[in-house]
Amino acid sequence: MATVPSKLYSDDVSLLMVLMDANPFFWNSVKSNYLFSDFLTHVLAFLNSIFLLNQFNKVVVIATGYNSCDYIFDSAALHGQNQRAESLLQKLEDFLDKDESLCRENSVNGPSVSLLSGSLSMALCYIQRVFRSGPFHPQPRILCLHGSPDGPGQYVAIMNSIFSAQRLMVPIDSCVIGGQHSAFLQQASYITGGVYLKPQLLDGLFQYLATVFATDLNSRAILQLPKPVGVDFRASCFCHKNTIDMGFICSVCLSIFCEHQKKCSTCGSVFGQSQAHNSSGPDQKRNTF
Amino acid sequence: MDTQVMKRAKYKSSVKDPGVPGVLKLTMERFVFMPSDPKSSAKLNVEFGMIKGHKFTKEGAKQALLNLTQDQGGNYILEFDNFPDRDVCWDFVGELQSQLNIPKGLTLNHPLRTTAIAFHCEVGGVTSDKPAAPVSTEQLSTSEMECRIKLLQENSELQRLHKQFVIGGILTEAEFWATRKKLLELDDNRRPKQWVALKNEMWTIKPLSDGQSNRVTFNLTPEIIHQIFAEKPAVRQAYLNFVPNKMTEKEFWTKYSRAEYFHSTRNVIAAAAEAALDEELAVFLKQDKMLVDEARRKIRRVDPTVDMEADKGDDYIHLPDRGLLNDDTKDVLDAQYEPYRRSFSQNLNQHAAVVLQGRVVDVSLGDARSVAEALIRTKQAELANDLSDRNLDRERSDRISRVSEIEDLRGPQDPSVAPLCIMDPWDYFDSQHANALEPLGDAGSGAYTVLSSVRSSEAYDSLRELISDVRVRGLKEPFMNQEVPFKVLNVLTQNISSTKFNIGKNPHGSVLDSLPKVLKEELLHHSTSIQELLKHFWSSYPITTKYLYMKGTAT
Repeated sequence: MATVPSKLYSDDVSLLMVLMDANPFFWNSVKSNYLFSDFLTHVLAFLNSIFLLNQFNKVVVIATGYNSCDYIFDSAALHGQNQRAESLLQKLEDFLDKDESLCRENSVNGPSVSLLSGSLSMALCYIQRVFRSGPFHPQPRILCLHGSPDGPGQYVAIMNSIFSAQRLMVPIDSCVIGGQHSAFLQQASYITGGVYLKPQLLDGLFQYLATVFATDLNSRAILQLPKPVGVDFRASCFCHKNTIDMGFICSVCLSIFCEHQKKCSTCGSVFGQSQAHNSSGPDQKRNTF
Repeated sequence: MDTQVMKRAKYKSSVKDPGVPGVLKLTMERFVFMPSDPKSSAKLNVEFGMIKGHKFTKEGAKQALLNLTQDQGGNYILEFDNFPDRDVCWDFVGELQSQLNIPKGLTLNHPLRTTAIAFHCEVGGVTSDKPAAPVSTEQLSTSEMECRIKLLQENSELQRLHKQFVIGGILTEAEFWATRKKLLELDDNRRPKQWVALKNEMWTIKPLSDGQSNRVTFNLTPEIIHQIFAEKPAVRQAYLNFVPNKMTEKEFWTKYSRAEYFHSTRNVIAAAAEAALDEELAVFLKQDKMLVDEARRKIRRVDPTVDMEADKGDDYIHLPDRGLLNDDTKDVLDAQYEPYRRSFSQNLNQHAAVVLQGRVVDVSLGDARSVAEALIRTKQAELANDLSDRNLDRERSDRISRVSEIEDLRGPQDPSVAPLCIMDPWDYFDSQHANALEPLGDAGSGAYTVLSSVRSSEAYDSLRELISDVRVRGLKEPFMNQEVPFKVLNVLTQNISSTKFNIGKNPHGSVLDSLPKVLKEELLHHSTSIQELLKHFWSSYPITTKYLYMKGTAT
C-alpha cells in the first residue's frame, strides 16, 4: 500500500473482508425465492457505499465455493481504477469455471456445504498481512454473506478460525440468507463480538446491509445493533462430525466424542476403564460452551 | 382542664388597632372581656357556641394575637402580653372546641375543605365544573386535620389522588383516609424513640482539687448519679437504706465522695482506717458483694461451646496480670486489708458491661431515689427470669453435648456435593431459548421441501448465466421498490428496541427509566390512581347495602 499522510488517516478507516457464498447448489435450490443476480446487485451497491463512507476504506471479496475459495476483488490492487464491478464480476466468472473443473461429482443432493472454513482462513491470513504492513492500517472486520447449511466436518477448522479472529480482535459479522440459522456463524459472531442477522425481507437486503453492517468499528460503540435472542452452542463430535448435545470430552485436550473411545484421537492420551455405565476417564459433561 | 382562665389582654377590632387593655376571662360556655377603663364601651360577652374557628400568630411575631372567628364573618382579635399567655388561652379554646364537637361536621367553611380546595386550586387549575364534594358526618379534631393537611402538602402524589377522587366526588374523605391510617399515625410519632445512652467515660467524677487549700470539690449531676447507680449496686442499696432515714442526701453524697477520694489515692491502709471509724463509709469502701453475685451468675450462663480459636490472636491472657500495669506494692498487704482493695480490671469490666447494656431506665425520672428504685426493679425482674428458665438450661446442655462430640466416634459422612455454579444465568437461558425454538439436528432443513438432486454442470451454468446477466444489464435501477427499505427499517427498529434483551439483565435499570420524565410520571400516576380505585371497588364487595352499591357504581 502506498504511504498515506498520517493526518488524513482518521480512526474510522476500515478494511472490510466480504466472504460471499458462491455455492451453485445452494443458489440453485433457492432460485425460486431469490435470484443470485438480485443478490449480486444488492451486494455491489453495498460495496460502492462502503467506498463512499471514507476514501481510505478497503474492501476485499472472497468467494466461498463448493470445492475451492478465491479472492475475486481487492481494492488495494485496483488502485486508481474505476472498473470495480466489472472486474469483480469477471473474476467471479473465472472462479466459477475453476470451481467447476475441480468438481468431481456429477450430481449433488440438496444445497450441500460450502467451504466456509477455507474462506475464513484466507481472510484471516490477509488481515494478518495487513497488520504487519506498517503503523497505519485500517481496522479490519469480516462480513460473511452466507446461505449454505453448516457442515459439521468443518467444525474444528471453523472454531479454530473463530478463536484466531478473537485473538486478533477482528469481529466476524454474519448475514445469513438461507432458510435456516447457522450455528457456526452464530457462535462466530458471539465469540468475536460481531453482529449476526438473518434478514426477513430479502428484497431489502441492501437496506439491511447498509443499516447494520456498514458502520466502522469505532462507531459501533454508540450504536445499538440487533442482537440474536439466543446462540446455538451445539458442537459436532470429532469422530463422526455429527452435531451432538451430550458427549464425551477428553480432559487433556478437550476434544469431543459422541461415544466412548479407548484413546483420544487428537492428543493420544489413553482413557481409563469405564465403570458399569459411568465413565471415569473422559468426563461426561453436558456439551455446552 | 381548668374551668376558667383569666388573663390580661387587649381587645382590638383589627390588627392595626392599638387595642383596649383589659382582662379576659374564659369559661366553659363563654368568654368575657372587661376593659380596664370602666368608661370604655368595648365590653365583650360572647358564647362559645358562636365561635367557629380561631387563628393565631406564630411564635416570634410582633404581636401575640388570637383571633376568634364567628360564623357570620365577624371576628374578635385579642392581643396578649406574651406568648405563653396567648398559648394558654389558645389551648383552652382549642380544647373547648373539640369538646363541644362542632355540629354539622364539615360545612363548606370548614378549614380542611377550604385549605384543601385552596391548594388544589393552586396546583392544578380551577375545578369549578365538578360538583361539590359530599358532606360527611365525620368529626375531626384540629390536630387530625392539621395532620392531613400537612400530609397532603408534603406528598404531591397523594394530593393529586385526593383532588381527583375526593373533590371529584368519587370517594368521600373518610374512605380516602381510611386506608391511610398508618400515614396519619406516623405523623404523630415523629418523636425519636431512641434514648440517649449512658456516657462511656469512667472518670466523670474526678474531683477538682485546689492545690492551695485542702478542699476537694466534687461535681454530681443527675446524669452522673444515674450512672453510679447503674454501675454499683451496693451504692444503690445503701442509698435506699440510708436516705432519708439515717442521713440527708447531701450527707450521703459527701460520704460517697470521700470514699471515692480515698480510692483515688490508692491508699488502702488509710481506707481501712477510715472504714473502721465510720460504718457508713465502710459500705462504700468494701467490695461490692452484689457485683460479685452478679458476676457469678453471669459466668454460669456462659456457653462453654464458645470457640476459643478466635481468641488466639489476642494473647494477653498469658501475660502476667493480663497485660495491665502491675503495682508491686499491692502484694505486701495483710489479710485484713483485702476487702478494701478494688482492682482496676474489675471496675473496667463492670463499667463496660453497664454501658453496653444501655439505658435500662428512662432518664426523665429526675429524683435519685426513684432512679435507684427503678434500677432495682429491673434487676429483680432479670433475676426472676433467670430462675425460671429451666428449659434454657436443658437446651444448653443438649447443645453442648452435640457440639463437643468426639471425632473418632462419628459415623461416615455422605459425600458432599459440589455447588452448582452458573456464571451468568441469563446467558445460559438465552442460549437455551434458541435451542428451544430450533429443532435439533440437521432436520431443520424444512425450508427445502425436496432434496432434489441436480447435476453439477447445470448448477454452475445457471449461476454463470445470472452473472453475465448482471454484467450485461448493469445494476437495476432502482434495484429496490420504494416501500421495501421502509419496511426493513421498521422491522429492524422493532427488533432492536424490544425490551426482551434488557429485562432482567440490569438490576438497577428498568423500562420506565428509559422513558422521558413527564411520560414516566404520568404513567405512575395512572397506575396509582387505578390501584386506588380498584381497592375501593373491591372493598365494596359483597354488595350488601345501598351505600356500597352507590360506591361501587361510582368507582
